[in-house]
Formats: sequence, structure tokens, C-alpha cells
Amino acid sequence: MTAKLSLSLTNLCRSFGPVEVLHDVGITLAPGEVHALIGENGAGKSTTMKIMSGYLAPTSGGVALNGVSVQFASSQEAEAQGVVLIHQEFNLADQLTVEQNIFLGHEKKRGLFLDSKAMQAEAKALLERLNCVVSPNARVRDIANADKQMVEIAKALSRNASVLIMDEPTAVLTEREAEVLFEQIERLKASGVAILFTSHKLDEVKRISDRITILRDGAVVSTERTADYTEDQMAEAMVGRDVSSLYPVRDAAIGAEVVLSVKGLTVAGFARDISFELHKGEILGISGLIGSGRTEAMEGLVGLRSHSGSVQINGVPVAIKSPGQAQAAGLCYLTEDRKSRGLLLNKGMRENLTLQSLPEFTNWLIDQDAEEAALTKAIEDFDIRAPSRSVLVGNLSGGNQQKLLIAKIMLAGPEIVIIDEPTRGIDIGTKQQIYEFIHGLSRQGKSIIVISSEMQEVIGLADRVLVMRLGRIAGEVSGDDMTEDKIVRLAMGLGASKAEAA
Amino acid sequence: MASIDTPQKTNLMLDLKVLGPILALVVLIIVGASLNGNFLSAANITNVLSRSAFIGIIAVGMTFVITAGGLDLSVGSMAAFIAGLMILVMNALLPMMGPGWPLVFVGMLVAIVAGTAAGMVNGFLITTMRIEAFIVTLGTMGIYRSLVTWLADGGTLSLDFGMRAIIRPIYFDGLLGISWPIIVFALVAMTGELVMRRAAFGRHAAAVGSNDQVARYSSVNVNRVRMMTYVFLGILVGVATIMYVPRLGSASASTGVLWELEAIAAVIIGGTMLKGGFGRVWGTVIGVLILSLIDNILNLTDGVSPYLNGAIQGVIIVLAVILQREKKAEG
Repeated sequence: MTAKLSLSLTNLCRSFGPVEVLHDVGITLAPGEVHALIGENGAGKSTTMKIMSGYLAPTSGGVALNGVSVQFASSQEAEAQGVVLIHQEFNLADQLTVEQNIFLGHEKKRGLFLDSKAMQAEAKALLERLNCVVSPNARVRDIANADKQMVEIAKALSRNASVLIMDEPTAVLTEREAEVLFEQIERLKASGVAILFTSHKLDEVKRISDRITILRDGAVVSTERTADYTEDQMAEAMVGRDVSSLYPVRDAAIGAEVVLSVKGLTVAGFARDISFELHKGEILGISGLIGSGRTEAMEGLVGLRSHSGSVQINGVPVAIKSPGQAQAAGLCYLTEDRKSRGLLLNKGMRENLTLQSLPEFTNWLIDQDAEEAALTKAIEDFDIRAPSRSVLVGNLSGGNQQKLLIAKIMLAGPEIVIIDEPTRGIDIGTKQQIYEFIHGLSRQGKSIIVISSEMQEVIGLADRVLVMRLGRIAGEVSGDDMTEDKIVRLAMGLGASKAEAA
Repeated sequence: MASIDTPQKTNLMLDLKVLGPILALVVLIIVGASLNGNFLSAANITNVLSRSAFIGIIAVGMTFVITAGGLDLSVGSMAAFIAGLMILVMNALLPMMGPGWPLVFVGMLVAIVAGTAAGMVNGFLITTMRIEAFIVTLGTMGIYRSLVTWLADGGTLSLDFGMRAIIRPIYFDGLLGISWPIIVFALVAMTGELVMRRAAFGRHAAAVGSNDQVARYSSVNVNRVRMMTYVFLGILVGVATIMYVPRLGSASASTGVLWELEAIAAVIIGGTMLKGGFGRVWGTVIGVLILSLIDNILNLTDGVSPYLNGAIQGVIIVLAVILQREKKAEG
């Protein structure tokens, strides 16, 4: 059994250079309690968690375990004392097995050799305790994301973690996978582990946390029992203003003309026989569970994957074999994966902004003045907040990266733009801005396809929603039919008639 | 050479990284000058620069290949093979065309075409066939080396004696007292610098090397960019060979041995990242000069045996990579 520990931060300040990013933060994690830490991107959540777990040292103020002041010199030291941080991006070696990962760095030994029998047994016990059915001998690269999360937790438990800190644990999980995680969080809580997690999904914060601390601009706004908050109140406290009107009012008219007509689009192994039409100025939502082929179908459409089927743009048949051809036809795709497919993280904003439309800036040589001018305009139009113009894009916050990515795609001048997960991992204030941008594009007469895993987002943004299931279009909803219930039923393969019967 | 127009950032640490190779070069020049009075003589400078031109021209092309995330180990044996081919073709056509400049131009054309073709073969195997650059060029390196040995039947391929006299000025003569190899090297380097810094191709090469997925999603034709880096390198190997053949008028199994490693070393010393994503041609030029100056200084002075050349070059390469690593941590 793990020891019961409470961890508290008092008057914690942290500066990076001249900038103080945390002011007088105080948080107490109690054993057997789930604590949610919420706030906008850049509010200081990550810094707080890193200080708790020894990755960063506080500038002033202190960390205490069971009331005794401690100073972690490193994350290893924090782990030795039972405080473990699980990163948002998994920290697992893909090629190693589950068991090897769990014991990585503190392998059990018998004499000179590894005691694999003991490790096997313990790994099995840990996974059983987590109700996780994955085999200790499976390679991590072969298991599902939710199982990877469980392996991370098993790894933490094997180090006798009594304070577990999780940075956006559900960001990479599907809803069903998240359910499994929540169950395990309940079990850990019952066994006396103190848990802190962050999430941008307020409904899950509401559901699984006992207490909430809200951070804004590096300071604690409030710490209250979760029961005392509604989701709206949380959002308001995070942003500091009213966000009840998250989705802008739809005021642009949808044109009658069909700008994009897709017939029988098939991407082998992912999507079959996808047909739909998109009108000028329309915002078309595509919903469906992760793995339903939404992204792959659209990647096929823009030539990122090989595909078959016929595509007409403005009534003219086009053959799209590469993203370049799609772009030439006025069709661009904005990836869901901004960090590894959208932006060059180790380059500046200028290089990233113009990468997709470099020929426009080139006349033998690149016109750097024109590039700078485009950057100035993008910063203004899309409200990109960067510490300096020459900042590396990897150092921008997620929200600003997303804004830059949108600016980059729009600079290529598409008439039709497919936006995959427009607000993944982005705080609520920036989300609102991005929704505004999308409406603005529609107002300019651009036609937009929005793919999103967030049901609310699709419903709030789109004029019409296509629901995909197992690589096919399971149905379409529009107007008053656009309800979570109907979309979920289609996505899960329950017929529309059944939906009405229920 | 292109001046050190520092990037937008005025970060002191970064500036030091940018200046590192230049400082190393300056130190070497001071050391050389203080050890031997002849070091700064026009004859010695011309000698050093002319001899660095072969590696230098190839290294400029290598900068693009490495920046785009690739590698080419075959350039040394490719140069030997092209030299052999050039000599064979000129010797074969000599009875028909007679000695003279037209035949020289045919030889040059052969070198450029062979270089282009060799670059295309490497590029095709790496991009279309999706084989690791290291493996492909390790393979072609062996193939070219073996072919030139076979063509020379284990010995030496020699250019016809009459032709040698005609072709000699390409290496030994020049314009306004500057020899042709130096002029060509300078032109190639300046063009390369301009392309890397200011042309879409350079930007695309850096984007592909930085993250080829991002480049692909940004409508960049990743395969074409990669292919072009190998083709340009092949062409430049052809150009270097055109400069090289007049020097000795022969090619053998030992021609161009280890050129590939010297070229890669120069690129890395110059600050281009071995894993791709960032390259600078002027840095490569400085890298080439550093490597040849070490060689030259050891030959001119008695204190240290020239046999230690390789050891000193090795130390410099490792130091350069250590500098690079720190720079990455900063980013």
C-alpha cells in the first residue's frame, strides 16, 4: 500500500528571466482527493505542475509534503519521495515492452542479471490493479493510447507514487478511453493517492474532480469544491469575462452554388464511398469517433493519401494527386496535428507563415520584405501573441501556434478550407477567437469543412453535419436535428429510426 | 565570400555560435603566419585555395543534401569514376576529333552529364524507392569505386599526353592572377549561399530536413526537393572533377578517396546540422578552409608531424558537433 501524502504549495513564485509567471500560488493536494487545475493556455498550469514534481525549482515560496518543507533537486528526487508527473506526451519507449517500460530506470536485479520473473509478476499485478488487460509482454508501440496512459500510471505506481500529477491525461484519448481512465482515477483515489490533473474539457473536470483550483495569469483565482461550480462559472473564472456565447451568431448567408462535389471518395483501409457537396460560404461539420476515417478521408481528398473517386470544384472535375494540386485548385487542408505536421517548431514565424505559399513570395529570390509585411498582417488579423517576431514557433503557446497555422493556410488563398480539429488543446478564450475567424472566413465567401471530436464544437459551428462511422458516412444532420444525441447515435451505428423511437 | 549578415536575432550566445567557425579560422591563420613566414605568401595561399576547391565545390552541394536531411557517401568514388569516364571518352574521341578545346568541352559535358545521372540514381533510390540515404550511397560508393578500378584495370587511366598540355590551364591558369579552381569555387559558393538563404529551394530544403511531414502538408513536393539536392550535388561533383582532371591528367582507384568524409566534415564544422533542417553555405566554405589550413600548417612546420593531420581534423569535427549540440539545447 502506498503511503498517504499531502502536497502543498505556499506563496510560490517563479520567474523566467525578468518575467514572473507565477505569483503567490498556493495549492494543497489531499490524499484520496482528485484536484483539478484549470486555466487558459499560459495561465501557469504547466509551470505549477513542473515545480510540484521537481522539474523546475521555485524562485520563492515552497513545496511541502505532509507539512514538511521539501526541495526537490530533480524529478528523480521527487519521484523517490512519491510525487510523479505524467506528461501530456507519453514518456514511453515505443520499442520496449510494457513491462520493460514500467521498470525502465529501476529494473529489479538478481545479482548481475535482470530478475524478469519478479518484474513480470509485479507488472502483471500493477496492471491488474488498474484493471488494464494489456499483456506485460506487448510492445508499447502496439497498444492503444488509453493503455499507454495506463502503463504510465502503472509506472508511477511501481515507484510508489502517492501524489500523481497528470498533465491533460485525456487530450489524446477517445471518450471511451477516457472513461476507462476515470474509473482508474476513482480506484486510485479510493486507495488514498492524491491526484492533480489539468484539462481543457470542463465537463470532465466537473465529473471527476473533488476540488478545483483556477489559475489566471499566474495567480490562483479561487479554489473551491467542484460541486459549487457550474461549467459556465468555471469558464468565466478562467477567462475573466463572460463566455456563455462561445459560438458566434451565424450571420453569413450560404450560397446556392456547389463549390465542392465529392463522389465515391475511397481511401483504402480508411474510408469508403464518401459522397457529399459543399456550398459556397457553408460551414460543414464532419463528426464521428476517432478512427472513423474522418481525417484520412479528407487527407485523401487533398492528395495526402492515395485515393479514388471523383471530385469537382466549381463544377469542374479535378484530379488531385498531391497537396500542391489541391492548393492550385483552391482547396487546402489544415492538419489536426499542428506540432508534427503543421508547423516547423524550430523555425521562426516568418518561415512557417510563408512555407505553403512560398512561390507567391518568390521572383528568383524570396522577397523578404513582402514576407515581413505578410507576417505583420497575420499577427494583426489573427491576433497572434508572440514575445517577439523572431521567436521560434515551438516556443509559442498552443493557441498562438494554431492561429499561426490558420494564418499560414489562409495565406495560400484557398476558397475551400478543411480544418481538422480547429481547437484541440486550446483554452476557451482562444477557442472563441478561432470560432470567430471561421465565421469570418465564411462571411468572406470561403467554404469550410470542420472536423472535430468535440460534439459541441461541431454543433455550435456547422450549418450541417456529416457523421462518419467505420469509414462511411453514416448520416447527415442539420438544423434542429443537430443534437449530440442524434450525432452520437449515428456515430455508434444506431439507426435514425431507432433514435426517434428512443 | 558572403559577409556575416547575422540573422535577425541579436542573441549574444547565438552570435558566438555563428562566429565560432570564423574565430577558429582566424586563429588558424594567426598560428600559421606566426609559425612560418611563407604561410601568407601569395603562392601558398593560391596553393591552399586551389587544393581546397575540389572538396569545397562538392561540400557546397553536400550542404544542401544534409540540410534536407540526407547524406551522400558516394561523392569521392563518384568523382573518381567521373574522372575515369572523362579521360576514357576524351582518349577515345582523340583520333576522331584531334587534340583541342572542342574535345575538352566534350570531356566537360561528359563529366556534367555523368554527375547529373549519378545524382539522379542516388536521388531515385532514396526518394522513390524509400531506401535510407546512408545505405544507398554506401552502395553506390562501392559501385563507383569498383567501376573505376575495373575501367583502369587496377592501374591508372591516363589522359593522352597532348591533351594534358591543352587541359592543364584549367587548373594552373586563371584570371587576374586567381586560378580557375578558386574562381569556380567562389562562384559556386556564392550562388549556393544565395540559394540557401534567399531562394525558395533553400527554404524548402531546410523545411524538408526540419520536418518532412510539415513540408508535405504544406504542399511542398518533398521528393522533388530531396531529388534535386542529390542532382545538384552530382553536378557539382562533375564540376569538381573537371577542375581535378587537368591537375594530374589521370584517374585511378585511389582518386578521391575520403573526399566524402572531408566534405561532410566541412559541412558540419560550418554549422550545418547533421540531422538536417538548418544549413549555411558560408559556414561550409569556412569548414573547408579550416580543414585545408590544418593540413597546410602541419606541412609547413616541423613541430608537429603531418601524419597527425587526421587526428587534429577529428578533434575539430568533434568540437564543432559539441557546439552544435549546445545550440540545439538553446532552441
